[in-house]
Amino acid sequence: MVGNRHACSLYLLIWFMLKRNNIVKFKEALIERLLLCCSLLSVLTTAGIIWVLLSETIGFFKHVSVIDFLTDTQWTPMFTNKHFGILSLLSGTLVTTFIAIAVAVPLGLISATYLSEYATDKMRHIIKPLLEILAAVPTVVYGYFALLFVTPLLRQFIPGLSGFNALSAGLVMGIMIIPLVSSLSEDAMHAVPMGLREGAYALGSHKIQVAFKIVFPAALSGITAAVILAVSRAIGETMIVAIAAGQQPKFTVNPLVPIETITAYIVQISLGDTPHGTLEYSTIFVCGTTLFVITFFLNVISFKLKRRFQEIYE
Amino acid sequence: MEQEIIIQIKDANSFYGAKQILKNVTLNIPAQTVTALMGPSGCGKSTLIRCLNRMNDLVPRFRFEGNVLYKGIDLYGKDVDITDLRREIGMVFQKPNPFPKSIYENVAYGIRIQGIANREFIDGIVEESLKRAALWDEVKDRLHESALSLSGGQQQRICIARALAVKPHVILFDEPCSALDPIATAKIEELITDLKNNYTIIVVTHNTAQAARVSDFTAFLYLGDLIEYGPTAKIFTVPQDKRTEEYLTGKFG
Ligand SMILES: Nc1ncnc2c1ncn2[C@@H]1O[C@H](COP(=O)(O)OP(=O)(O)OP(=O)(O)O)[C@@H](O)[C@H]1O
Ligand SMILES: [Mg+2]
Repeated sequence: MVGNRHACSLYLLIWFMLKRNNIVKFKEALIERLLLCCSLLSVLTTAGIIWVLLSETIGFFKHVSVIDFLTDTQWTPMFTNKHFGILSLLSGTLVTTFIAIAVAVPLGLISATYLSEYATDKMRHIIKPLLEILAAVPTVVYGYFALLFVTPLLRQFIPGLSGFNALSAGLVMGIMIIPLVSSLSEDAMHAVPMGLREGAYALGSHKIQVAFKIVFPAALSGITAAVILAVSRAIGETMIVAIAAGQQPKFTVNPLVPIETITAYIVQISLGDTPHGTLEYSTIFVCGTTLFVITFFLNVISFKLKRRFQEIYE
Repeated sequence: MEQEIIIQIKDANSFYGAKQILKNVTLNIPAQTVTALMGPSGCGKSTLIRCLNRMNDLVPRFRFEGNVLYKGIDLYGKDVDITDLRREIGMVFQKPNPFPKSIYENVAYGIRIQGIANREFIDGIVEESLKRAALWDEVKDRLHESALSLSGGQQQRICIARALAVKPHVILFDEPCSALDPIATAKIEELITDLKNNYTIIVVTHNTAQAARVSDFTAFLYLGDLIEYGPTAKIFTVPQDKRTEEYLTGKFG
């Protein structure tokens, strides 16, 4: 009787363990499937976006010639006399981007050099989070900061400055991008092996020579990758330029007048009452494709440079 | 034989944070000789040699007490510019660390940072230094290729040429062969023996046979204490201290 009970509980125990094992296996399989679905979802979303962009773009180019699109200097899809010259939007994008990069790259690289080569650990722990706060401010705040603070301020020095202009939008966008440049460049400089610095000091280098003649060039491909990513970020930035740079497509490099960037145009049409399915409406997809192509190539270059940099040191 | 003393280490104590590494090390290095620093791993050889050009200044929480006199100047003195003195006391590291620049620019670097830009002068020094480092023939046709494309042994000789280019009086070698194969090692050893006619050389090594081959004097360090110091032949044949003998006969490593 007792032996029987023993056998019985043993049987139960084994059954339970087997079952437990099965449950664990089942759970793991379920989790694996779920994770797979999540990653497939993001791949599918990307594919979907590309499909929509491309099909709308192809539709657009059935009505407008590619040559006109690339060479015409007027962009007036809403007028009776329609022009579809992307150059006027592109020039707006390039001017704001140029100004932003002119601000972000020098300041970002100086702070990266300071953080990587000069700052004590304590200073680094104070300054890095402060810089990262810059990146955490919502872009709409930067937009109104440009429109309501920077532009009036600049107008005291530049009387001809319009209320909407590329200059203040670009400047503020540059400030916003500083943390991107500095944190990626600092990573690249930090990754330069200590042995190279020691080698340079052992030859009688001063600190500034080690920073600029050894560390900086050694980190150059990583730094270039950071700068290209910053350019790509500036080209894609929407809120600041939509708020502060104006809505007047103009083929110009003058930063003092209202312009319109590709991104701002997309916002303008998306929020307006242009009927879906019209040629006018499809322009936003063409603009989207243009942006996508530019930033895609920039990101690919940046990625390749970064990998080359890692190959050298790892 | 009366020999000029070029470096005097007096009562050197050094610390990483609270941990003491060197304990009252006192040592005189004669000029134009090769001195080997030997001892088991972690005994403080690197720490000691890096005190001679103040490379340890780069390590946070490092502290040094005592004196290191180079030609009578205290390297740790108040108004000493160590940057200038590092040109006279060159260093070659354990792992070859050529700059990611061309062969030519690696060797020229030390002169360029002194503000010298005369092309012919630099060309001359680059050639002379590479010849001294026994590398000229191997690289003379590819001076503008990246130094990183060279083999480990060649990279180490680039580092030696780079050190020679600034005309040092002393060259510190911290286990210069430990990352190299036997053939490359033999080349570096030969080079060290050649160089001693013109330079004072201090070489850290784990390899007792290497110390015996290249050095005139040997210092044996153990747990931060300088146990024994003297002419290499004497240390190897009649070690005074039991720990030296045990180390040399391979009882611990
Ligand atoms: N940066 C550092 N911070 C803290 N401790 C260190 C540091 N560098 C070395 N040490 C310690 O100091 C002691 C001596 O180190 P050192 O590198 O001088 O030894 P070594 O004799 O050169 O050894 P090896 O033969 O392995 O190179 C070791 O115990 C090591 O752990
Ligand atoms: Mg060592």
